[in-house]
Amino acid sequence: MSTRSQHKNPQGIDTTVVWLYALLVAIGILCIFMVEYKPGINVLQSFLGGKTSYSKQLFFTGVCIVFATFILLSDSKLFTAFANLFYAFGIVLMLATFLLAKNINGSKSWIPLGGGFNLQPAELCKIFTALALAKFLSRQETDFNKLKSQLIAAAIALTPAVLSTAQHELGLALVYLSFFIVMYREGLPPGILIIGFSFAVLVVATLLIEPNTLAIILTILAGLTIYFLRRQLKRQKKLLTIIITIWAICVGAQRFAVPYIFNNALECYQSTRIYSMVGKDYDCSQNKHVSANPKKASRKPDDYNVRQSKIAIGSGGIFGKGFLKGTQTRGKYVPEQSTDFIFTSLGEAFGLVGCIVFLILYMFLLFRIVQIAERQRSTFSRVYAYGIASILFFHITVNVCMTIGLFPIIGIPLPLISYGGSSLLTFTVLIFILLRLDADRQMVLR
Amino acid sequence: MSVYNQSRSRIIQIIFVVIFVLIAGQLINLQVFSSKYRIMAENNAIYRQVLYPDRGIIFDKKKRAILENSIMFDLVVTPSETKGVDTFTLCRLLQIDTAEYKKRILDAKFKNTAVKPTVFEALLTQETYAKLNENMYKFPGFFLQERKVRIYPYNTAAAVLGYIGEVDTSFLRKRKDEGYEMGDYTGLNGLERSYEKVLMGQRGIKRFIRDNKSRIQGSYENGQFDTLPIAGRNLYTSMDIEVQQLAEKMLQNKIGSAVAINPKTGSIIAMVSSPSYNPNSLTGSLRRKNLGRMLLDTARPLLNRAIKGQYPPGSTFKPLGGLVALDEGLITPSYGFGCGGAYYNCGKAVKCTHAGGGHAANLRLALANSCNSYFTHIFRLAIDNPKYANPQAGYIKWKQYMNAFGLGRTLGIDLPGEVKSSIPDTSRYNKDFGGFGRWNSCNILTLGIGQDRMTATPLQLANLMCIIANKGYYYTPHFVDSIENEMEEDTMYLAKYRTKFEVTHIADSAYQAIHDGMEDVTIYGTAARIKIPGVSYCAKTGTAQNPHGKNHAVFTAFAPKNNPTIAVAVIVENSGYGGTWAGPVAALMIEKYLNDTLTKASEKKAEEFSKVDLIPAAIKRWYYRKDSIRLAKEKAIEEKDETDNDSTNTVKTTFDPEAEPNKKSNGDNDTTSQKSPMLKPDDKKKKKDTTKP
Repeated sequence: MSTRSQHKNPQGIDTTVVWLYALLVAIGILCIFMVEYKPGINVLQSFLGGKTSYSKQLFFTGVCIVFATFILLSDSKLFTAFANLFYAFGIVLMLATFLLAKNINGSKSWIPLGGGFNLQPAELCKIFTALALAKFLSRQETDFNKLKSQLIAAAIALTPAVLSTAQHELGLALVYLSFFIVMYREGLPPGILIIGFSFAVLVVATLLIEPNTLAIILTILAGLTIYFLRRQLKRQKKLLTIIITIWAICVGAQRFAVPYIFNNALECYQSTRIYSMVGKDYDCSQNKHVSANPKKASRKPDDYNVRQSKIAIGSGGIFGKGFLKGTQTRGKYVPEQSTDFIFTSLGEAFGLVGCIVFLILYMFLLFRIVQIAERQRSTFSRVYAYGIASILFFHITVNVCMTIGLFPIIGIPLPLISYGGSSLLTFTVLIFILLRLDADRQMVLR
Repeated sequence: MSVYNQSRSRIIQIIFVVIFVLIAGQLINLQVFSSKYRIMAENNAIYRQVLYPDRGIIFDKKKRAILENSIMFDLVVTPSETKGVDTFTLCRLLQIDTAEYKKRILDAKFKNTAVKPTVFEALLTQETYAKLNENMYKFPGFFLQERKVRIYPYNTAAAVLGYIGEVDTSFLRKRKDEGYEMGDYTGLNGLERSYEKVLMGQRGIKRFIRDNKSRIQGSYENGQFDTLPIAGRNLYTSMDIEVQQLAEKMLQNKIGSAVAINPKTGSIIAMVSSPSYNPNSLTGSLRRKNLGRMLLDTARPLLNRAIKGQYPPGSTFKPLGGLVALDEGLITPSYGFGCGGAYYNCGKAVKCTHAGGGHAANLRLALANSCNSYFTHIFRLAIDNPKYANPQAGYIKWKQYMNAFGLGRTLGIDLPGEVKSSIPDTSRYNKDFGGFGRWNSCNILTLGIGQDRMTATPLQLANLMCIIANKGYYYTPHFVDSIENEMEEDTMYLAKYRTKFEVTHIADSAYQAIHDGMEDVTIYGTAARIKIPGVSYCAKTGTAQNPHGKNHAVFTAFAPKNNPTIAVAVIVENSGYGGTWAGPVAALMIEKYLNDTLTKASEKKAEEFSKVDLIPAAIKRWYYRKDSIRLAKEKAIEEKDETDNDSTNTVKTTFDPEAEPNKKSNGDNDTTSQKSPMLKPDDKKKKKDTTKP
């Protein structure tokens, strides 16, 4: 990548991040090449021909370089000034999607741009949300200790998420949850994260344990708590009310809320995937989406993807099978391998060593971004940097975890690696805005 | 610079590291500790194509291939590529209707998915293949695939050569470590089975990479793990296929068996079991149908009577009886016995075909005339031999002679399923007569003329002839003389066929007396009418009583007398006199073997003889009934008659219990425990009466 040298005034640009970015994008193109490779083709021709995914990805990279250059040439103040406007534009774009959407793989989140290219506003909205959140938190009048500010921040982060869910893009919606990491850094009470974590545990428990058994277990836990706290209870009557409320919420959640989410909020296939994570079958007849789309309901067991994915990675062994020698990759056993399951081609070809080295690259990038965040003088830059770190971290974690069977399959790409122009452009813009802000870190931006 | 909440930066970084470690842990678990994924990946992506080697070829004595390989064609279809097939033409060529075509395509999709090739019609006939091959351009998605099959160029020796078939699960369970796989073929009978390890060769394996729809993508690792098949090795047998063909022809329309052995080496020249079948009928597309029909056939064409049929030897036993008496010093060749037409010494009379005239004035005469009284008498002498304490001890000694001469034990021929037949133990007679010592030579006297509980297989009788011809030694009868590129283990296996076995030390003079007597049989005795042009030979006829109807005709012979190179035993069931019905078969076999050709007269005789129908009435009746049922069924199907069901129901009840007294199941020809519809000792016991020579 020659982004840096193109810049007239390279001082202040963090070259480490640029190099990491370039390296990851290059690895991404090689991975896509591994997936699409067929023996006996003219490599150079097919790279430049524009017919194959890796050739297209190369083209996208070119587009990204142009964007990155423009961002680095622009002024930092631009982003603070237009943050809210960008956000509004993003939301409008997402609303427009409902009118203009084109159905791609059952998702209605793509706006066709013509020429075979499509735009996914939910992807772009990540940038705008990160900027808007940074802008809000860096306002002089914002006191993040107040509940009102916390609620507004949450609303900024979650509005695009709600819209994404309405577009049947659960994966992208979940990404917006990563902004809670930023808010935590900026002073969100840790209790919220703990409650969120507790709720996750409760959901998993609901899946694993019989509803009645779980209700009894919860009741016993509540009873034991009351028994052990009986001294304190005498002094504080309020404590009893709190315990009973928590117990009621928990039981209510496991009896009504969780089944409601699985049957009504989630699609049949999503529920099935989550159930298959814990090794159970989901009865699709309970799902309200089924009647609307009965053909999709009775498919073969939904762990095919993750099984093939685990086979591909697992068969790589310690040192892998070698570049272009992955039998699972060449046999197209893993579905969606150039996009969501790109990690499998890497795991098969380069094995444990390759995977660890690759993940260390990512960790290096994340730590570098956190380091950059902490050296910012302006809150705006810091919050924005943490936003990027959180988004990247969430993407990497969920994507890798789902390919190795630690997380249900939701379609979110691996940053800078997965095939796809929207995704690549989004992360490019995210990172290069940060570099632009970082270059001006002596300025205090609001 | 904001220091506010900076400690939380650490916590966030710790979360990053924890998640990273978690992922790394799962990766180590998947990639290092779970070897199953590597295996699953190989099962997914690597397609092992087994390359079958050519099976070894079996040659006869004159290096003519009697069992070799050929190529037949399967019509194979890939359902997803069948757009634009000229269905009408295809159905017409295969003689199926379009409904059947659609059904087969559906079946193929179900079995093998639409994108993989499936056999549409297996083992096409030459004619269908030729027609299809011209029209293949009309059938996209179809192609003709080679398949190796075994062919028998001479359409003969089915029972000896055997056949191959697909291995089943129980076979695989028994032979876990021998590298067989589902779908492999193995020798199921005859030489194909005995020499399976030699004939099978070594399979090659080619590995391909296939994609998620099982389409082949290319070779795996450029074929560096592939192995080439190694062809099976050839067998060189001692058979003379022309003698075999002649004997099979002569035993047409008869139930029986013939075995010819070269006494000098123990090599089997011919082995026939009749009724036989065309071995090629078990290779082509009709294999299943034919096999099913033959398994149900009450005449049991799949039974190799030469090694599994147990027949009373009748008078052909007499030379051995004489030898025993001579060896024990009980008689001399000039010993005579006054026979007045029957043997009265034990009360009940044992009849003899001759009366007076000194027809048993010495051993030679007694053999030539096949005097029952004489041999009954000398058998009693052997049992009541004063050298031994009691008749039981005498019997045990006598039984030792029998076993030494190869009766009542398996010989170890290189065919599977040989039976040992019966020379009863003393315990058997103790049981019959209610205790030890409760019987004497009188009770079992018909053993002396090859009846009572004594049975032998045609192979044993032929081997007995070899011993007599050789004057006291034999080689274990066998087919295979040598194996191509013989290896150490082959030599070890064949060693027992190359070892000379000496049978007791009976003086040559004793053998000479027997030889002379047997020669007289062919000059003026019971086989006087049977002449072999230019050959003087020795023979003994037999007419064995049995509980199933007419007597079995038995004939044993060796030739030429002075330097025997062929010993023959022939049995024709339920036909009559040995000299009439078994003799001509043996004589013509000897003529063909020794002279390499038949005279015009002999050829005519063979032709006439082959047309004689001696199949027992009970079996004919069975065939008749089966045919009529089949006709009725066909008629019913044609007319779509409702009586169809009735006729099919009766098919299973058409076994003739009379012809099949020992039948337990529907006749698996491999089970050695089953006996042929010959003499059954228990029946014999009830019918212990007079016998004919």
